[in-house]
Amino acid sequence: MTTEANDDVMIQASGLTHYYGPQPAIEDVNFKVKRGEILGFLGPNGAGKTTTMRIITGFMPPSQGKVTLGGYDVVEQSLQARRKVGYLPETVPLYTEMAVASYLRYMGTLRGMEPKRIKQRISEVIDVCRLGDYHKTIIGKLSKGFRQRVGIAQAILHEPEVLVMDEPTIGIDPIQVVETRKLIQDLGKQQTVVLSSHILPEVSMICERVLIIHQGRIVAEDTPDNLAQRLQGVDQLQVEVGGPPAEVLPALKRVKGVTEVTHRRQQNREIYSVKVQQGQDLRDEISRAVISNGWSLLNLQQVGMSLEDIFLRLTTQEELG
Amino acid sequence: MRTAQAVAWKEIQVYFGNPMAYIVGLIFLAVTGFFFVLDLGDPFPEASLSNFYQGATIILILLAPALTMRLLAEEQKLGTIELLLTSPVRDWEVIIGKYLASLVFLLSMIMLTLYYPLLLFIFADPDPGPIYSGYLGLILYGSAALSIGILTSTLTSNQIVAFVVSAGVLLLLFFANTGAGVVGGFWATLVNEVGMNSHFGDFSRGVIDTKHIFYFLSVTAFFLFLSIRALESRRWR
Repeated sequence: MTTEANDDVMIQASGLTHYYGPQPAIEDVNFKVKRGEILGFLGPNGAGKTTTMRIITGFMPPSQGKVTLGGYDVVEQSLQARRKVGYLPETVPLYTEMAVASYLRYMGTLRGMEPKRIKQRISEVIDVCRLGDYHKTIIGKLSKGFRQRVGIAQAILHEPEVLVMDEPTIGIDPIQVVETRKLIQDLGKQQTVVLSSHILPEVSMICERVLIIHQGRIVAEDTPDNLAQRLQGVDQLQVEVGGPPAEVLPALKRVKGVTEVTHRRQQNREIYSVKVQQGQDLRDEISRAVISNGWSLLNLQQVGMSLEDIFLRLTTQEELG
Repeated sequence: MRTAQAVAWKEIQVYFGNPMAYIVGLIFLAVTGFFFVLDLGDPFPEASLSNFYQGATIILILLAPALTMRLLAEEQKLGTIELLLTSPVRDWEVIIGKYLASLVFLLSMIMLTLYYPLLLFIFADPDPGPIYSGYLGLILYGSAALSIGILTSTLTSNQIVAFVVSAGVLLLLFFANTGAGVVGGFWATLVNEVGMNSHFGDFSRGVIDTKHIFYFLSVTAFFLFLSIRALESRRWR
């Protein structure tokens, strides 16, 4: 199935759209994940992260579009694709009446592992996830943080090529958050990891590449460093001025706080995009600059829903406790 | 098949580690014991189990749904179905595994009643034919009842709904033949053939008719097939 050129593409999603009702939960989502990469989905709650992950893992098919995982179509060749995936769903659903070790044994059997291999891997993952003292404990009696570890343990038990984790650090205490991130980074050295989060610093810390998803669409895709640079960026204003562009342009640039001005002509209208340092409202200064030169100010508006606005909706600081 | 076995084994452990199943077992023994004594209570008692069979089939209308209601509804409620269905497990393996577990529990419940015929053999001289055939009928009937319970449990995440709907369906199916007198002609034949009770009767009288065996097996297969389809369609909802 895998072609020569796509050999290092582990997950390829094209044109994913999913409807729960009339409104699409995700719309035309496209992305690729390379083998061994750690990719983060960043977006506010309800942006479509969980929907996307459920489609990748084969839990539900997309209304439209297609995902291949290691060359297998997750709908048409679901079984082969599912063999390659380890999945940690957001709420970490576990059989609360089972003991940790017997739960892991059960999940191992479902993944088609040999009994000997299961036994060996259970002791390994119990070590890795630091569940040592709890392997005989009933899951229902574990705290949220430990249940999270059991969830990770079952996801990595069968050494899947792809690890999909939906909000892996939500609702656990700060010390465990740090441990969990470290663990994910270690896992990412051998495996392809896709994780979602609504916490910006977390994604920047763990991931090599970030997709920002908002209202069901991917609005940006970059490395964490580049995104951070764009974030320090700027607010944008759109100004329409009746006057000679050759003079208007430098005049706008002279306004204090303006970082960049670009000009374009659109249907005989002179439009300027003015970038200003973030947090500054320069509408007053700009209108003065235009009018004092004797030009007419035809339009002045802030550009709606930029990447920065979406970022503002994200948790930009760590929640404490 | 190994995964179906794993699913079955896990569910069997849940059954035997859970007070609910023991309560069901206890009620089953109490009710069937009561009907067994009715057999013996006559002034001229007959060494047979016909009342016991009648009582067992009626109480199973309630107990079979009680045994199966948890099996898939709970997975859907807790979300564990998300990990189950993203494992490389075929849908039929899930359904068959769960069904087998409930069947094992039912069989062990039925096995506990074997001391009724044992008592008869010790203290009287019963006709063995109806006793053997009756147990065969009871097992076939029980398997069909469980398959209906599996279907309703697949269709909802609410265990109460699963219980009520399958008990209702089972009740209707069981007594369908009594409606034969109300309607006539073709419908009477149909209703009579669909009714479980009319197919069970021969077993308790000592008659093993392949027609009846085929009936119960096809009911079981039909509802298990629907359950598998329902689980598949769950992915598309």
